[in-house]
Amino acid sequence: MSEHASDHHGSEGFFKKYLWSTDHKIIAMQYLFTGMFMALIGGFLAYAFRMQHAFPGASVPGFGTVSPGQYNMLVTSHGTIMVFWVAMPVLIAAFGNYLIPLMIGCDDMVFPRLNRLSYQVFLLSALILLVSFVVPGGAFGGAWTSYPPLSSRAEYNLSPAGASLWLLAVALEFVAFLMGGINFITTVMNSRAPGMSAFRIPMVIWMIVIATVLFMGSVGPLVAGAVLLFCDQLLGTAFYDPTRGGDPILWQHLFWFFGHPEVYVVLLPAMGIVAEVMTVFARKKLFAYKTVLYTALGTAVVSFFVWAHHQFVAGIDPRMANIFSAATLIISVPVAEMIFVYIATLYGGSIRLKTPMLWALAFMAEFLIGGCTGIYLGSSGSDLHLHDTYFVLAHFHFTFFPIAIIGAFAGITHWFPKMFGRMMDERLGKIHFWGTIITFNTTFLPLFITGLAGDHRRIYSHINFPDLARAELQQLRMVATISVVVMLAFQLVFLFNFYMSLRRGPKAEANPWNANTLEWAAPSPPPHGNFAELPTVYRGPYEYGAPGREEDFWPQNVPS
Amino acid sequence: MQKPIATTRSATGIPTGKLAIWWVLASEIVIFGGLLVSYIMNRLGHGEWGDYAAHTNTMAGAVNTFVLLTSSLSAVLAHKAADQKDGVKAARLLRLTALGAAVFLVIKSFEWTHEIRAGYTITKNGFWAFYYTAAGLHGLHVLAGAVIMLIIAADAAKNRELQRVELIGLYWHFVDVVWIFLFPLLYIAK
Repeated sequence: MSEHASDHHGSEGFFKKYLWSTDHKIIAMQYLFTGMFMALIGGFLAYAFRMQHAFPGASVPGFGTVSPGQYNMLVTSHGTIMVFWVAMPVLIAAFGNYLIPLMIGCDDMVFPRLNRLSYQVFLLSALILLVSFVVPGGAFGGAWTSYPPLSSRAEYNLSPAGASLWLLAVALEFVAFLMGGINFITTVMNSRAPGMSAFRIPMVIWMIVIATVLFMGSVGPLVAGAVLLFCDQLLGTAFYDPTRGGDPILWQHLFWFFGHPEVYVVLLPAMGIVAEVMTVFARKKLFAYKTVLYTALGTAVVSFFVWAHHQFVAGIDPRMANIFSAATLIISVPVAEMIFVYIATLYGGSIRLKTPMLWALAFMAEFLIGGCTGIYLGSSGSDLHLHDTYFVLAHFHFTFFPIAIIGAFAGITHWFPKMFGRMMDERLGKIHFWGTIITFNTTFLPLFITGLAGDHRRIYSHINFPDLARAELQQLRMVATISVVVMLAFQLVFLFNFYMSLRRGPKAEANPWNANTLEWAAPSPPPHGNFAELPTVYRGPYEYGAPGREEDFWPQNVPS
Repeated sequence: MQKPIATTRSATGIPTGKLAIWWVLASEIVIFGGLLVSYIMNRLGHGEWGDYAAHTNTMAGAVNTFVLLTSSLSAVLAHKAADQKDGVKAARLLRLTALGAAVFLVIKSFEWTHEIRAGYTITKNGFWAFYYTAAGLHGLHVLAGAVIMLIIAADAAKNRELQRVELIGLYWHFVDVVWIFLFPLLYIAK
């Protein structure tokens, strides 16, 4: 290497440039592509178990017949992958890595090598999870919540190797995000461009930072809980074994103390992405910047006091259930406030319905359905009836799908010109958008109805339950399944668009959307080091339509 | 690798490394916090755990407390030496601190060997399970800290990256503080 030391661009090999890079943009791409790959696997798993629901016992094309044990592995792996290996890497790690240095105006993360290590540990965790599919006994099948004693005793889960590998993979994933998170927070705190004061930081950066702090604050007890579960699985201790003096509910507390804030860990970055997209495509200032910021902080704080609403049927003290009901209903207030503020941002804007804007608007509409159905589940009385039904499942997907899929598509389509220097195809983008949004609704709206009718979420084959095998419920299940298949097929449109735009799309200029934030001041795609000259910031990120100016935008780095 | 400009900036006025190490400690606090709260809740629900705890070796624990706290003194003196740009002295003091860590771990090994031979293994009951898990997790932190300290000492001896001497010191004090919680919870409360 030494003879090439002078020109370190271009001369470095593929391995050094793309797989061993410390550049935040390359690491973001690594996270993005790994997340997209895992999303395809997660989607395929969903296809297999949905087919089993619609056509019980029939052979699933591309998979074969689904045995009861395989069914458990499919739903467990689907949930685990989509939360930990899709939502987290794409929303936090990919966008965080890509946007933080660019949007705050510096050349990289503060700890580039730690950043690289973070991705490598993450990749290792993903590989361990994938390897668990082929170990004796197969992948873990005890649900993504991994409740003991099901997860801790081999004679119950029948997949001792899979259960331990699952836990190891999740633990390593946490380690990866803790390393990445420390990098994120420190970078935003210390490496902002001159003039980038707290209230001039773009909202998506604030959201990613708050989400990261929230993650760091909530994941610790689960790391401890995972150590205890490892001991139960591998050393024969009885931390969670009630027959030997342990307490299985302890795991539920430790898991949900993290598990519920985790919802907001992924929600907030998605809200941030939507804020950036909306202000650009409505050509309007973000309404009430500080209100958004404070409600996000409020959401983060309250999210530490809602976890036990997952345990209303676990035999917790009813007085405790009341407190957690109240806290859960309270947390809908700041989230609703954010939605109102976003609607106020749209009001009076000159709205351009480009693909990223469609995704952003869809996020609001769909997430609203998820939020409103959550009220029935947060109230302990109605939750006793709805718990573990498809109503919960449909509610969850109406929150998580907007966050992890719609929010991610809004971000990818918005920043694609910056990331790859080319524009995406609008027509294919819109076909993909409508194909995904319509089928998403027809997948999960029917499941609210089957859930209200008592459809339990862990049932392998409804044929065994005459009350639930009724024709009208089975028709709804088939609608849901066919919708999933169509939705997955429409993702091919996205992949095609992504690939073709990458190769043949029209070249993007530095600032194709006429946006204000600093990443658009860098070339598309930004070179190593990002900016030709590191920028100085003169104003907030959302100065659209400022009076007395010819242009309707006013970039943060342009002196007045 | 050359450090990026980002690493050299300090919008808060706190050096980047120090800021990061405080966030590391924050995440460690919630990890140990979760473990200790789980233990305390269990302990409050099981009066008989006090009887099990009676078999722990308070004397060994007390000696170890003394060793660990004393090793923090040399960590502080190393920081002072690093502030005065005396890397060689800082390195010597860091190695002394690592020696303290080694003594701590050796005493712990004897203690555990004795207990395991007497039948108090990790599967004996809930108390011993927490005893080995909590002290074991802490012991891993001691070991990791000592290894990192020796690496930093090697750099410091050549007067490189002297700011890291303070950072490992911060971490070391945290490891002390965790022990100060563990010692009464596992050894004294009987």
